[in-house]
Amino acid sequence: MFRYIVRRLLWMIPVLFFISVITFSLAHAVPGGPFDREKALPAEIIANLNKYYGLDQPVWKQYVKYMSDILLRFDFGPVYSSRSRRVNDIFRDHLPISAQLGVLAMLIALGIGIPLGILAALKQNSFWDYLGMAVAIFGVSVPGIVLGPLLILIFALTLKWFPVAGWGTPAKMVLPSIALGMRESAIIARLTRASMLQVIREDYIRTARAKGLTERAVMIRHALKNAFIPVATILGPMFAVLVTGTFVIEQIFAIPGMGKYFITSITNRDYPVVMGTILLYAVFLVIANLAVDITYAFLDPRIRYT
Amino acid sequence: MGTLLQVKGLKTQFFTQDGVVNAVNGIDFDLNEGETLGIVGESGCGKSVSVLSLMRLIPSPPGRIVGGEAWFQGRDLLKMSEEEIRSVRGNKIAMIFQDPMTSLNPVLTINQQVSEALELHLGMDKRQARKRTIELLEMVRIPDAANRVDDYPHQFSGGMRQRVMIAMGLSCNPQLLIADEPTTALDVTIQAQIIDLVKQLKKEIGMAVIWITHDLGVVAGLADRVNVMYAGYIVESADVKDMYADPRHPYTLGLLGSIPRLDAERKAKLTPIEGLPPDLIDMPPGCPFAPRCRYAIDRCLEENPKLETVARRHSVACWVDVTGGKR
Ligand SMILES: Nc1ncnc2c1ncn2[C@@H]1O[C@H](COP(=O)(O)OP(=O)(O)OP(=O)(O)O)[C@@H](O)[C@H]1O
Ligand code: SF4
Ligand SMILES: [Mg+2]
Repeated sequence: MFRYIVRRLLWMIPVLFFISVITFSLAHAVPGGPFDREKALPAEIIANLNKYYGLDQPVWKQYVKYMSDILLRFDFGPVYSSRSRRVNDIFRDHLPISAQLGVLAMLIALGIGIPLGILAALKQNSFWDYLGMAVAIFGVSVPGIVLGPLLILIFALTLKWFPVAGWGTPAKMVLPSIALGMRESAIIARLTRASMLQVIREDYIRTARAKGLTERAVMIRHALKNAFIPVATILGPMFAVLVTGTFVIEQIFAIPGMGKYFITSITNRDYPVVMGTILLYAVFLVIANLAVDITYAFLDPRIRYT
Repeated sequence: MGTLLQVKGLKTQFFTQDGVVNAVNGIDFDLNEGETLGIVGESGCGKSVSVLSLMRLIPSPPGRIVGGEAWFQGRDLLKMSEEEIRSVRGNKIAMIFQDPMTSLNPVLTINQQVSEALELHLGMDKRQARKRTIELLEMVRIPDAANRVDDYPHQFSGGMRQRVMIAMGLSCNPQLLIADEPTTALDVTIQAQIIDLVKQLKKEIGMAVIWITHDLGVVAGLADRVNVMYAGYIVESADVKDMYADPRHPYTLGLLGSIPRLDAERKAKLTPIEGLPPDLIDMPPGCPFAPRCRYAIDRCLEENPKLETVARRHSVACWVDVTGGKR
């Protein structure tokens, strides 16, 4: 198991290398540059800026410089749109906020999604099932851009239970976490329900009942662990997406997270920010998937890593 | 020998979108203590549903036991509360199933799965249950049981898993073991080993057994009595030697005609009964076997014969006496 984890972590190196090459070339292949403005800057100034940031060099040279800065000095490069801040500063100031929001949203997603899915499966075609699936359909079909303002309207402006926007205090975290976690909880609930319905038809569940176990024991001891195996699969990528920042929710609730920087950096061709965020996302994704695979081994004894 | 189980008019239906499936249509039979009853019949004739009904394990919806009684040690299994029937399941009546590959939980160890019933019904603690589990595994001749008790099902072969199922079934010393085609999924040599094992364990423990199979050869070597089922009815019931020596129902005759005889030439063709069993949703009036029956008379199409005693401990549901006499 340990060797497996080490090997998977080592595999990250070629994966990240590959991703970095692709994104770097794609970013630079897109027409336009970081200093294009609506009112064009004088050509000499652009040339100077390009020279200052090394953008006049061939792309491969820029790539080598970019990567060696990261590897040798853990420096993710400058932010073209701000003289005083570098990408490392953005990570330091904004990533923890996005990560907090992501983790909270994930907890909400799991906390609502899994019990709801189980309940819906156990009480198939009952009130709980219909409620669960109504929530699931609502969650999947109402995007954050609608749900966010809706929550603000009801719980902040009308009921005044929570602040309208911002971040930092627990009260401020509630609405955005719900707005972000809702959709994921719906996805988890649907998958949990389907998986549970599949599992409770299995022969070994009948065997467990034939032993005289209570329905509760049958579900908790015999069904849940099996039903959770497919659910674990989607949690990895879900987690990576949530934690690296989500533009829409962060915008709606005026949360100073990573999402905004990522979007604006793309439109501004702020290459180091784009690259940094994507690499970060890739690292999260790989690690989250590794965590999922390790979870598998705990859930399912048929899976053994060597 | 006292009567252990007395089933009267057991009727189970499935309420599906296509209509009501008449899976078991009012069957009666008795089982004495320590006796082995074979239930035979083609696929879909209601063998599994009838025994699952006794255990109250019919998936519901869509299934429902719509009538009948099943007296077991002075109590009606079908009228018991959920809690009472749970205290019978796995304890007084145990059941093993057809497919050992899917009947054990893949994520729990053998110990966890066998111990469970011991802890539940016999009040053992974890240590005692584990010790007993090892003994049980030894009893069903699993080699190196002490070391294999913490293995997972996937580390066992099919035959070994069925042994585990048997150990699990026998763990609480049941008065009745129900085996639903326990060897169908195994290859022939393993099949013979499992049958021998059950025979021996039965001698040692003395429980009654209901053994479901399509294989009349297995029944001949194992059972005291045989029920032949067709389309949710018991059509013939007799002691095993009478069933083979003096079969009375045309369907039984057909089944016996279709067993490969060991002494016959290898290439001798089986003579399966032509035609298909009736649609259980839309049952024709009259004898359900009539469309396939060589002996059918007019009456067979109008009235369904009841199971009636024709000789000592031998009953048949047929209008015609196939031995040539008049009825
Ligand atoms: N869950 C269910 N829903 C609908 N119909 C069912 C269900 N389970 C069983 N049946 C029907 O009940 C009838 C009897 O089935 P049963 O499983 O008892 O047959 P069987 O004699 O055990 O056959 P086999 O030898 O194939 O195991 C079948 O016709 C089947 O279609
Ligand atoms: S009752 Fe008639 S149709 Fe049915 S088995 Fe007897 S002879 Fe055949
Ligand atoms: Mg069956």
